[in-house]
Amino acid sequence: MKVLVPVKRVIDYNVKVRVKSDKTGVDLANVKMSMNPFDEISVEEAVRMKEAGTVSEIIVVSVGPQQAQETIRTALAMGADRGILVKTDEMVEPLGVAKILAKIVAEETPDLVILGKQAIDDDSNQTGQMLGAILDWPQGTFASEVKVDGGQFHVTREVDGGLQTVALDGPSIVTVDLRLNEPRYASLPNIMKAKKKPIDMKAPEDYGVDIAPRLSVIEVSEPAVREAGEKVEDVATLVSKLKTAGAI
Amino acid sequence: MAILIIADHDNTALSDATAKTVTAAHAFGGDVDVLVAGEGAGSVAAEAAKLSGVRKVLHADGAIYKKQLAEAMEALIVPLMDGYDALFAPATTMGKNVTPRIAAKLDVMQISDIIEIKDSATFVRPIYAGNAIMTVSSSDAKKIVTVRGTAFAAASADGSAAIETISAPDAALKSSFVSEEVVKSDRPELTAAKSVVSGGRALGSEDEFQRLIVPLADKLGAAVGASRAAVDAGYAPNDYQVGQTGKIVAPELYVAVGISGAIQHLAGMKDSKIIVAINKDDEAPIFQVADYGLVADLFSAVPELTDAL
Repeated sequence: MKVLVPVKRVIDYNVKVRVKSDKTGVDLANVKMSMNPFDEISVEEAVRMKEAGTVSEIIVVSVGPQQAQETIRTALAMGADRGILVKTDEMVEPLGVAKILAKIVAEETPDLVILGKQAIDDDSNQTGQMLGAILDWPQGTFASEVKVDGGQFHVTREVDGGLQTVALDGPSIVTVDLRLNEPRYASLPNIMKAKKKPIDMKAPEDYGVDIAPRLSVIEVSEPAVREAGEKVEDVATLVSKLKTAGAI
Repeated sequence: MAILIIADHDNTALSDATAKTVTAAHAFGGDVDVLVAGEGAGSVAAEAAKLSGVRKVLHADGAIYKKQLAEAMEALIVPLMDGYDALFAPATTMGKNVTPRIAAKLDVMQISDIIEIKDSATFVRPIYAGNAIMTVSSSDAKKIVTVRGTAFAAASADGSAAIETISAPDAALKSSFVSEEVVKSDRPELTAAKSVVSGGRALGSEDEFQRLIVPLADKLGAAVGASRAAVDAGYAPNDYQVGQTGKIVAPELYVAVGISGAIQHLAGMKDSKIIVAINKDDEAPIFQVADYGLVADLFSAVPELTDAL
């Protein structure tokens, strides 16, 4: 079967985010960018399925600037087969990304679209579910285990009360959570090999969908800073402080 | 204006997050209706009808709603939205799973995890794990939002709305429930608890987590949480995880034991009223947000604290 893995280029998760002084957004200049960590997990899962023989081809797609090509190359070095970059310098919202992905799904006819449950930049947690609705495909979100069983996917989901397993019939959407797997580091030979793998260059206009933003950013500000309190000497002092504060 | 709220529940009780979403809907302004979709969830509908300021409760009963799977909820809610200007859902795993499908079907860009409502089009939400706060204005005709529970107080239970039974549309569903592992606990629910005791990787094992964290939580009547590192290491189940991608909590008292305080963890608990950190590393980032920091070996300090309470 064929798998489509959408990936997003975001600020590296170790970078301390700085809000721009004019409050128009977050400072992206000279900041390390990486693949969204959840998307790395989805790439890894697709590669493991290929290694297990259940998947024949993995297509990686990204909607983003020219540099998102590097993100696609990372996925190719991990073991994906080819890439599609839908190049745009505009910010595309989850709804717009889902519309573009739906068109790519129509062209590529994958059996599974597997992607991160959220991107760590906007924390929206929407794209997979939106794609599912547009395609009328079933979804297994926040996956900690994915099993392929004939024409069905059995997805174990991390939900508020614990774990829930759902069965999905036919082509499906899976969004992945942190504990699905631990992504590999690409080896140097694989990084070299990935340079020869094809990346198809596209533009949003190629897909004829409305991706105009629906939200306008009024401002982006720093969160209220929480002041550090005091260090206490010992447990007895801690208990007396908590009693004074009315916390216990 | 009319707002529909998707109730989050387990067929026997309404979640606290739903009552908080009602408060957010009142801040948005308009008639507030609550949809309870479940199987044999009559008591939940009755509970929802008591929430302050609710106009009516729509009750859909059917086996396909038992687990509130996204595909069934989408088929139910999309036609209902003809009569509403906004859809609000708590940002629980149910809300996160369901609402984007409805938004996409209605061609609306959802606004996730709101913490404040400025006006009928303008919402405030955290981005980058709460390291930046974004105010956005929506140009969509209908507004679809999920609500972060810690940002709103729960609506009181002094109302008496009418309950209207609605019929379920026929829908050919491609997803079905197979099984679940639900952690049964007498403890308060993590996101609603007045106190939370969380353990981190420094505990070293599931046994130590149980031996040290659980008795302290018992003494405090607290819910138990964990850092991602502790969950990944198997010391605690996934639904204990507090942080950017886990649960967001804001209790009166948060006790972080052996948690270094990665930004992803801080994102889930820094709005707590009083934060206590116990960690042997004097430089741990958790101390930068803690009201009371105890630099100590947790293996001796935690039992001592439990005994002292």
